[in-house]
Amino acid sequence: MSGSAVPTTAAAIANAVRAGEVSAVDVVDAHLAVIDAHEAEVHAFNEVLHDHARATAAEVDRTVAAGGDPGPLAGVPIALKDNLCTRGIATTCSSKILEGWRPPYDATVVQLLAGAGAVAVGKTNLDEFAMGSSTENSAFGATRNPRDTAKVPGGSSGGSAAAVAAGFAPVSLGSDTGGSIRQPASFCGVVGVKPTYGAVSRYGLVAFASSLDQIGPFSATVEDSALILDVIAGHDPRDSTSIPEALVPITPTLGDGVDGLRIGIVSELMGEGIDPAVTARVQAAAEAFEAAGAKVGEASVPAVTYGLSAYYLIAPAEASSNLARYDGVRYGLRVDATADRQGSGPWTTAEMMAATRTAGFGAEVKRRIMLGTYALSAGYYDAYYGKALKVRTLIARDFDAAYEQFDLLLSPTAPSTAFGLGDVSDPLTMYLNDVCTIPTNLAGHPAMSVPFGTADGLPIGVQILAPALGEPTMFRAAAVLEAAVAPLAPTWEVAR
Amino acid sequence: MAEPSAATPAPAEGASLTRDDVAHVAHLARLNLTDAELDLFTPQLAAVLEHAQDVEALDVGDVPPMSHPFPLVNVLRPDEVQPCVDRDEVLAVAPAVEDGRFRVPPILGEEP
Amino acid sequence: MTVVDRDNLITSPTTGDQWELVVGLEVHCELATATKIFCSCPNQFGDEPNTNVCPVCLGLPGSLPVLNHQVVELAMRIGRALQCTVEPSVFARKNYFYPDMPKDYQVSQYDKPTNVEGFLDLPDGFRVGIERAHIEEDTGKNTHVSSGSGGGRIHDAEYSLVDYNRAGVPLVEIVGKPDIRTSEHAKAYVDELRAILLAIGASDAKMEEGSMRADANVSVRHPGDPLGKRCEIKNVNSLRSLGRAIEYEARRQIDLLESGETIRQETRHWDEEGGRTRPGRSKEDADDYRYFQEPDLVPLDPSAEWIAAIDESLPTLPAQRRSLLAQAAAVDPSAVALHVARGLDGLALAAIEAGGDAGRVLNHIEHNLAVEGAESLDPAHLAALVTMEVQGDLTATQAKTVLAEMVASGNDPATIAAAKGFEAMDTSELEAIVDGIIADNPDDWAKYVGADDKGRKKLSGFFTGKVMQATKGQADGKAVNAILAHRLAAS
Repeated sequence: MSGSAVPTTAAAIANAVRAGEVSAVDVVDAHLAVIDAHEAEVHAFNEVLHDHARATAAEVDRTVAAGGDPGPLAGVPIALKDNLCTRGIATTCSSKILEGWRPPYDATVVQLLAGAGAVAVGKTNLDEFAMGSSTENSAFGATRNPRDTAKVPGGSSGGSAAAVAAGFAPVSLGSDTGGSIRQPASFCGVVGVKPTYGAVSRYGLVAFASSLDQIGPFSATVEDSALILDVIAGHDPRDSTSIPEALVPITPTLGDGVDGLRIGIVSELMGEGIDPAVTARVQAAAEAFEAAGAKVGEASVPAVTYGLSAYYLIAPAEASSNLARYDGVRYGLRVDATADRQGSGPWTTAEMMAATRTAGFGAEVKRRIMLGTYALSAGYYDAYYGKALKVRTLIARDFDAAYEQFDLLLSPTAPSTAFGLGDVSDPLTMYLNDVCTIPTNLAGHPAMSVPFGTADGLPIGVQILAPALGEPTMFRAAAVLEAAVAPLAPTWEVAR
Repeated sequence: MAEPSAATPAPAEGASLTRDDVAHVAHLARLNLTDAELDLFTPQLAAVLEHAQDVEALDVGDVPPMSHPFPLVNVLRPDEVQPCVDRDEVLAVAPAVEDGRFRVPPILGEEP
Repeated sequence: MTVVDRDNLITSPTTGDQWELVVGLEVHCELATATKIFCSCPNQFGDEPNTNVCPVCLGLPGSLPVLNHQVVELAMRIGRALQCTVEPSVFARKNYFYPDMPKDYQVSQYDKPTNVEGFLDLPDGFRVGIERAHIEEDTGKNTHVSSGSGGGRIHDAEYSLVDYNRAGVPLVEIVGKPDIRTSEHAKAYVDELRAILLAIGASDAKMEEGSMRADANVSVRHPGDPLGKRCEIKNVNSLRSLGRAIEYEARRQIDLLESGETIRQETRHWDEEGGRTRPGRSKEDADDYRYFQEPDLVPLDPSAEWIAAIDESLPTLPAQRRSLLAQAAAVDPSAVALHVARGLDGLALAAIEAGGDAGRVLNHIEHNLAVEGAESLDPAHLAALVTMEVQGDLTATQAKTVLAEMVASGNDPATIAAAKGFEAMDTSELEAIVDGIIADNPDDWAKYVGADDKGRKKLSGFFTGKVMQATKGQADGKAVNAILAHRLAAS
């Protein structure tokens, strides 16, 4: 049905498509047009799925025409981080070692989205194997921040954040291991959510750090993230770490406000190392909460100061093991004997494996693999990895103590606004980006970044933290903040 | 059950990561590093580990380690056959195939 | 053949020194489940390569493991059958690179295994401690292909082909304590383990097919010394090979040590054709497996109810069966090992309980009964048969014949004996026949009377033979000898 305006939010699109007011094909075409016009400036995608998207949209329209209901995400264009397995569609993790690899299966979340009527429009760029905070570690070129294309979009889910900020899709999926959804959400001025560990199935998410990884949504509105999460969250028998109980839906109570809620500002994350412009917005958010009837106080989670250290032992350790499978035997890149090869005798599998991994992994991935290998190796386990696991317990305990006094916590999402492409080359400096986000991954709790103002034209997000399975409350608070601040329109809008 | 051999000696008090350490873990991880890369990575990794000294120095006494955020136990599935994946789809993306199997160069090491 | 004395010590033929052999066995068994350990692919041997695979057992990016309930059930059955304690356990990753490993790590159990601290009693009563029995996944299979000659040994290969059908097949690794001191006991241990695994339905335990694999950790020492350096011997595909490999390795180590050299702690492979062990990989590649708890799986904590249910459902195990039959027959358990191993202890027990003479029952089962035939045999009939023997109604030879007929026809012994004309020979009738033969052979009798013991033994055969001729084999040999002895005493 052409002629009707194409809505811009997922909620509105789904309603309109289900009601037959607008066709899914028109919706996807409108978004593909924006992508085609501006993707070159942003490089949010590793691959845009023109044909696949149109075919899916056509299917949705057929369902509507036949009187059926395609689902709560009917016709909604969605971009998928390129570490989510999509059957028959390249899933590269932005790495040379998986360039062109087509999985023979779909991730659970991909299946759920399809079942809800969503239309995948592309696979988005990321830091290689989700390791990074700027998307500059991609083997296929960096993504640019749509708000200021000289800046990074953040990472590792930079492409997914940028896609929403640019207006290429109303929603996207990313993954968050130490802040890889929330930090780019903050840098790009969009909503980004990391759910409770185990709330969303990891089956089909290419693993980085298994005990920390979670899939979550990006969106321009709080409601849209709630919509996505209500579709993709839930028990999956194919993921042993999946929470067995049914989850309380988020959308129904979204507008319930924060009256009477106790909200604590995490003091350890408001001091040294955080830009004053950022802490100022956190204070402003606190005021917005108070105005809405919440009680805001100061919270202390002392162990979070050890979060960065514990994380940079635990995550690389798990990653070093998760990435061992990339050995050139079964899929992906394989390097055969080269002319300048050292040594004589037949080219062996051991040499092939080493040559493949050396050629296929970028520097940051190699660094983390080596760091993790070291932390696990004989003689070092107790001092490093083993100890980090205990620190993790301390962090969880400190959060639990804080949540006895407060219903929600508040903090900056990132220590600064988006920095310039190429500005940060030192790994440790880059790691400091995650100081506010890492603790929640370690504890397994949910957290989300909500855009709340700008500094020098660059977005600043504030982070709302909740105890495990506290998503409904967390989103209520997010909705309050959203209402208190002027919305950031996408960089480019779909033609109406 | 084979015991892991102590291939690297335990660190001395406050010892930092050496070039040899990096070369060793690179080998364990099947990564070939050039001399230039060894020179580049060693201080970078040492800096991260040094930053993690605060963890190393922490007295965590009898705090139990946390491998999982939540105390799930006994997640099991029934012993029932489900369809496998199509062999052709899997082999189609394999680097080298022969007789329905994955072909690899000669394996010189014996299986551990 | 290594000469082992009563204290199980080896005396070196070169130096005369005494050495003690120490063996610890690690046995891997494939579990008899329908599906693999972490995925629902069929657990099946012999199918077309790479047809029983899925993202999980191929270790494809994004795949995740989910533990098979039946694997836990069978693993605990094995543990309880070996008198282990079932403990809460966790899974761990053992990290190393090898092409038959889809993830380049193996999911196993490291510091918290499912079963700990048990034991296994051998038929002769020797007890071997069991340290642990843990759960792990199997790897795929490499096939080495070479261009011209060469029989597929790794070092001749031009390339290799990998099949992942076996990747993810569930295994239990049973780690025995280094309590074994002879190669005979090592074989008996593996044999007994196999019998237990079959009895509890955990595995089909076929060494030839690889569903049971035994690795032997072998070391030697002077008695009283601390444990020597050990070598792990792999690639043993039968009980016989196990014995030969252990014996070879013991000799090799003793020879080395006696020449003043030291033992390199290493993995060695048994070369069946060459009859020797060969060194495996070089020690430089000795692995740092970097074990850590598997984050994609959650811990196992089987309930007391589950463990109790397993205990209740376990069948009577071979050791108990030997013990039961030995008690009933008033013999040593080692005397009934064969009967139990062949599954005929039930028959023996029933026949003894029905009043049959234990010794004769056991004897018949051991020597005169095939396993197939025994299935149809009525224990009461067997009891009746041996009773007829005891009463002298049948000779041993006759009983054997009757038994065969019992198996073939299912009839009772009395009926069969009557049909065959095996009637009881009256004692006075027999005496008369013996007297008759003595009378007919006076010179031989005189020789017999005058002979020494040795001579008499020979000559009594002459007389017994004559009696057998005269009675058409129906005379009872013992009775004949008794009569001859009587006549001798009277002469």
